[in-house]
Amino acid sequence: MTALGKLLRTTAFKLSLAFLVLFAIGAGLLLGRVGNNVRGLIDEQAAQTIDAEITGLSEQYRQGGIRRLVDAVERRAGRPGASLYLVTTFAGERLAGNVAQLPAGVLNTPGAVETAYQHVGEQIAASRALARIFALPGGFRLLVGRDLGEREILARVLIRALLTSLFWLTILGTAGGLFVARRVLRRVDAMTASAQTIMSGDLAQRLPLAGSNDELDRLAQNLNAMLDRIGELMRGLREVSDNIAHDLRTPLTRLRNGAEEALRANASPQDARAALEKALEESDGLIRVFNALLLIARAEAGASRETMSDFDVAAAARDVAELYEPIAEEQATTLTLDVDDGLYVHGHRELIAQALSNLLDNALKYGRPASGGPCAVRFAARKVGGCVEIEISDRGPGVASDDRARVLDRFVRLEGARSAPGSGLGLSLVNAVAHLHQGSLRLEDNAPGLRVILALRAAAPPAAIAPPQTQLVAAT
Amino acid sequence: MNDMRILIIEDDREAAAYLVKAFRESGHLCDHAADGLDGYARAQDGNYDVLIVDRMLPKMDGLSLIGGLREQKIETPVLILSALGQVDDRVKGLRAGGDDYLAKPYAFSELLARVEVLARRRGGAGGEPTAYRVADLELDRLSHTLSRGGKDIPLQPREFRLLEYLMKHAGRVVTRTMLLENVWDYHFDPQTNVIDVHVSRLRGKIDKGSAAPLLHTIRGAGYMIRDSAR
Repeated sequence: MTALGKLLRTTAFKLSLAFLVLFAIGAGLLLGRVGNNVRGLIDEQAAQTIDAEITGLSEQYRQGGIRRLVDAVERRAGRPGASLYLVTTFAGERLAGNVAQLPAGVLNTPGAVETAYQHVGEQIAASRALARIFALPGGFRLLVGRDLGEREILARVLIRALLTSLFWLTILGTAGGLFVARRVLRRVDAMTASAQTIMSGDLAQRLPLAGSNDELDRLAQNLNAMLDRIGELMRGLREVSDNIAHDLRTPLTRLRNGAEEALRANASPQDARAALEKALEESDGLIRVFNALLLIARAEAGASRETMSDFDVAAAARDVAELYEPIAEEQATTLTLDVDDGLYVHGHRELIAQALSNLLDNALKYGRPASGGPCAVRFAARKVGGCVEIEISDRGPGVASDDRARVLDRFVRLEGARSAPGSGLGLSLVNAVAHLHQGSLRLEDNAPGLRVILALRAAAPPAAIAPPQTQLVAAT
Repeated sequence: MNDMRILIIEDDREAAAYLVKAFRESGHLCDHAADGLDGYARAQDGNYDVLIVDRMLPKMDGLSLIGGLREQKIETPVLILSALGQVDDRVKGLRAGGDDYLAKPYAFSELLARVEVLARRRGGAGGEPTAYRVADLELDRLSHTLSRGGKDIPLQPREFRLLEYLMKHAGRVVTRTMLLENVWDYHFDPQTNVIDVHVSRLRGKIDKGSAAPLLHTIRGAGYMIRDSAR
């Protein structure tokens, strides 16, 4: 596409052309209307003047008959001006007046008429006149008229004005359209060029802004914000793949070592078997990590919305607490349950239950007081505003405030926890589940210990089993 | 129950060969179909006790195959094997007419335990009995009571359901995930071995001080309740 072709195809240019045509039509209509009105006005004035002349001449005729009329006409025709007079005999012979010649038959029809005529002293019948014709007794004819030259001049002036304005309108409109189109095109071209650079891999590049805060700027701003978000996600992805590479290499190495150990030439059957069992255990651990990673990725991608439903999170919390209760008992940990009734949320029952189980698992694993005092884990759920808050707190060493954001990342395990079994994915999953449900996950100081609060948006309880008061509240 | 007839519909020949060998070693008859159409044709005779169907198959995918069989009123139990292990995929598989769902990779012991449970479901179509009995352990599903040697043993509701499930499948291995799925209705993997703790607590109640323990741990697989005297 040539540069000009590109320019002519721009929306800005096409719009300018459309406006140009509209303005031209507008100007034509306006001038036409003005011309028409002025013409009417001139005609009316001519008719009035003619009427006045007729009154004067009929006075003369009444006082002195045809002779007096001819004298008066002779006198008036001699004066300069646009008034026309003619008195003829029954044979059409001119007695007096300044009209030399008329088209044949005009004088035969009395009344108002617009006609061409030839002025005395002129060579051709080029002028036009508005006239009234009277038949007088004795076959005489009287014509009183008014030259319409002014009207013709006016029409010419108006047409010239129209043509001139159309000419300039076209020139200016086209030039303006090209100018605007070029400006817009230049900016769009710049944006396209940036977009191409970005597509070819330079993700740090951003679309240029003109600083005028117009619609193109706003579009560029939004696209830039989108690029920022994409960049963030890419960084996250890279981090995750780095982490995965790092954290999966170790168990993969152990797995490989186990297989090698079993295959060693001088390994006893018992040793080989033990090594293979170890390898199997390692691979099970790896599978578990993979499953957790996939689940987190799914939750973060916002998938599995179709399987969401309204359910009672209080019941799920009690279930999970019941699932872990024997473990707490085995560890001599007091598990206090303080869960309100009927806490409905719209969500993924399975994922939320898993998130709660991860949190409880963490509290039981890492919630031992450093001093060696009695372990206590509190599991509470209640409605706070429009949210259902599930709180799990322990009396353990807690998490330093600097580490609280970090522990939500994948594979992050704090120093004290490295020796315990686990993958460092538990809290990441809880966080992803919170995000999937547009909820939040907060880590707070339980002084001493850690308090984790998972807040989910509350849903209306199912109408059938809701108490009447709740229904009223829900209805307002 | 021995001598199950199993049809494995799986396009990965190596994996299928391993499964066929492993099932035969466990004493079952096992056939293999390498694509969806072949599998569909073979499954139509209805002579199999269980079908093991991979979800992604050449020529005809696993879910359509199951849908086709169910439309023809062939109710052979189906276990779906899939590389898609997420909760939603599982739901889709079961909706399509599958009876159980196992994500790859899996342990053979898990697959075997599930297949045996499925095959048994086919045999016992006459509804569930109202009471289970293993040796001198008696569980009454109507009155929700348990007794051993005539002595009542009080149980928590969940312990009762756990034991009920184990006794329903008495003599067969029941894995931890099967217990979690059927007794708790969860399909995730708790990081700690919570199921073991629940089972050992249950064992404490029913086998305590008994010379003939009934609840056995099967190493590397799961649990089994059985009359060890027989």
